[in-house]
Amino acid sequence: MSLLEVTDLRVGFPTSDGLVRAVRGVSFSVESGRTLGIVGESGSGKTVLTQTLLGLAPGGQISGKALFDGTDLLSLRPDELQKIRGAQIAVIFQDPLTSLHPLYKVGWQIAEMIRAHEPSTSKSQATARAVDLLGRVGIPRPAERVNDYPHQFSGGMRQRVMIAMAISLAPKLIIADEPTTALDATVQAQILDLLLRLQQESQTALIMITHDLGVVADIADDVMVMYAGRAAEKATKHDIFYAPHHPYTKGLLESIPNSSAAGGRLRPITGQPPSLINLPSGCAFHPRCAYVMDRCLTEEPRLVAVGDAGMHRSACFLPPTALGVTQEAEAERKRVVVQGRSDAAAKVAEEIAERPEAEGSVIA
Amino acid sequence: MPRDTGALEASLSDEVLVQVDNLVKYFPVRGGGLISRTIGQVQAVDGVSLTLRRGQTMGLVGETGCGKSTLARCIAGLIPITSGKVTFEGRDITNLSRRAMQPFRREIQMIFQDPYGSLNPRRRVGSIIGEPFAIHHISSGEQRKRAVQELMERVGLNPEHFNRFPAEFSGGQRQRIGVARALALRPKLIICDEPVSALDVSIQAQVLNLLADLQDDFGLAYLFIAHDLEVVRHVSHDVTVMYLGRIAEQGPKTPVYESPRHPYTAALLSAAPAADPDAAQARQRIILTGDVPSPINPPSGCRFHPRCPKAQGLCSEAEPELQSKPGDPAVHLTACHFPVQDGEILARAGRRQSR
Repeated sequence: MSLLEVTDLRVGFPTSDGLVRAVRGVSFSVESGRTLGIVGESGSGKTVLTQTLLGLAPGGQISGKALFDGTDLLSLRPDELQKIRGAQIAVIFQDPLTSLHPLYKVGWQIAEMIRAHEPSTSKSQATARAVDLLGRVGIPRPAERVNDYPHQFSGGMRQRVMIAMAISLAPKLIIADEPTTALDATVQAQILDLLLRLQQESQTALIMITHDLGVVADIADDVMVMYAGRAAEKATKHDIFYAPHHPYTKGLLESIPNSSAAGGRLRPITGQPPSLINLPSGCAFHPRCAYVMDRCLTEEPRLVAVGDAGMHRSACFLPPTALGVTQEAEAERKRVVVQGRSDAAAKVAEEIAERPEAEGSVIA
Repeated sequence: MPRDTGALEASLSDEVLVQVDNLVKYFPVRGGGLISRTIGQVQAVDGVSLTLRRGQTMGLVGETGCGKSTLARCIAGLIPITSGKVTFEGRDITNLSRRAMQPFRREIQMIFQDPYGSLNPRRRVGSIIGEPFAIHHISSGEQRKRAVQELMERVGLNPEHFNRFPAEFSGGQRQRIGVARALALRPKLIICDEPVSALDVSIQAQVLNLLADLQDDFGLAYLFIAHDLEVVRHVSHDVTVMYLGRIAEQGPKTPVYESPRHPYTAALLSAAPAADPDAAQARQRIILTGDVPSPINPPSGCRFHPRCPKAQGLCSEAEPELQSKPGDPAVHLTACHFPVQDGEILARAGRRQSR
């Protein structure tokens, strides 16, 4: 059984403008010792998804199941969840400055975390453990730095402190929400390296939430691509990068400048992500999709197996044969699209093709 | 458009739009108390020279605090410089008075990182984009409105949205508003300070394509600042790598990216995440230890030496000159006593275990 198994999770936030449907039926699982990368753009629901699991998304209307080690996280009372949060599931946030209290020494903050979950630990024992943890995450002279305040650390060092805090109680699962986004490239490399090493030492499961496909390429085993609150595609890292099926995944990959296409044209996804209050009918991606067909306007595609013995799943009506970035795959996509398109979808495709950023990438 | 040929024509002086010579910008650090006296200097930019050529893009990379934004502001004339010289089309524009600078401000425009913070939320988009016309007393009334709508159309905004407020636009569209405003006076140089860092990947590509089109259409020169090395590689003809206020390496894009000479450039390139798992696994990462030191009290000699995997005694004593390595093209410059050789592996600073 998986360490964490989330089934059909839905989260909505009522607002004066209507219900914001932030997460719309997402299922996934994470195994010990593996890393799941969750990729998506702003507003795709990737952060709400994990915060809901930890009871950190107040005011949400939540349904679904999230079995962690056999316990449904979503049915726990706040005090029961508090025992799990931090001890068994740890979180690392994007901004290490606002996640640390500015008026307390970092050693105190780590020790407090330990003592909150293990009341029998004495203050001096907890502090000694804090020193040891700071050393493990690569902070030089930990015995002195334990008495420093957060502002005396650089951004990368603060993120190390957050990681020290996250691993202090040997959690089974670490959720890292854009942990390196605020950091410079060389420091980002240090932090990713550290996370990988700690994971290998203790067989922790890791969920890495990021908008950066480069980070995913680096450290994930499996990847879930999210769009407008749903999983667009789930596969191993290799399949996501080299044999994407969903046009959104393919579009994301083509949007990134890389050395092979240096100086050439990028092929952006046209248009903007939709409003989560007023979602498009059918497939939420259809108003931006170059392969839009009639079905996409009315039916919402389910996540179905497209390859890799059922492990590669995609929420798109294109057939499994239209997999990858090869010319054959593109020809297959074109063939299917031409068949599946009549007036209604042709009109949408025309609108997409007329956008200034479309650049003839749309089959009209 | 081929983006590598430009460097060969560097010697043609009519190609030169902006020449920056030995630019220095220190910010005083003042002590507390009633009579505040200067107790130190932040050496934000310390002796940087570069050439911006007509219709070409100079990429400027480096980590937080390396002085790249300060350098941009000095070139734009937004802050006075401590010493050095900036010439625009051969005319000295160093520390000009407000009035004397006015005509040059039309020629040099800026696009900023934050599409939320750089647009006044209380003004309509039409008036934001038309502001440069107002400042420089160009056109009015219907004529100005038409000019603004043409600009909006040019950058991919709907001209009918003339009367909307910035809050009604998404991040990518706001960045287009910023681009339209910068374009209004048909400048010769646009300084782009992290123009796509705040945008989602798919939107980022839209803005990068727009910037490339505008460069082709109007012969714009860009000084393009970014921390994303792949983005810089995509847009630039030439690249300058800065570290702690100084230039580490400079030259045409291809040699700098393909055979970096400065260990810092090599480390940056190896650390940048590439969206290609096989490549990520194959490459040897140089993980630098430590953080960027303080620019108030920079290390002696080569400023990179405390983090450098190749550092020797000489590096902490003598500052390396910016010069080309024997055998390299004369335009590929590096400030290193022991430049990286072709095929050399710099793994001493710790090798990353990949999976």
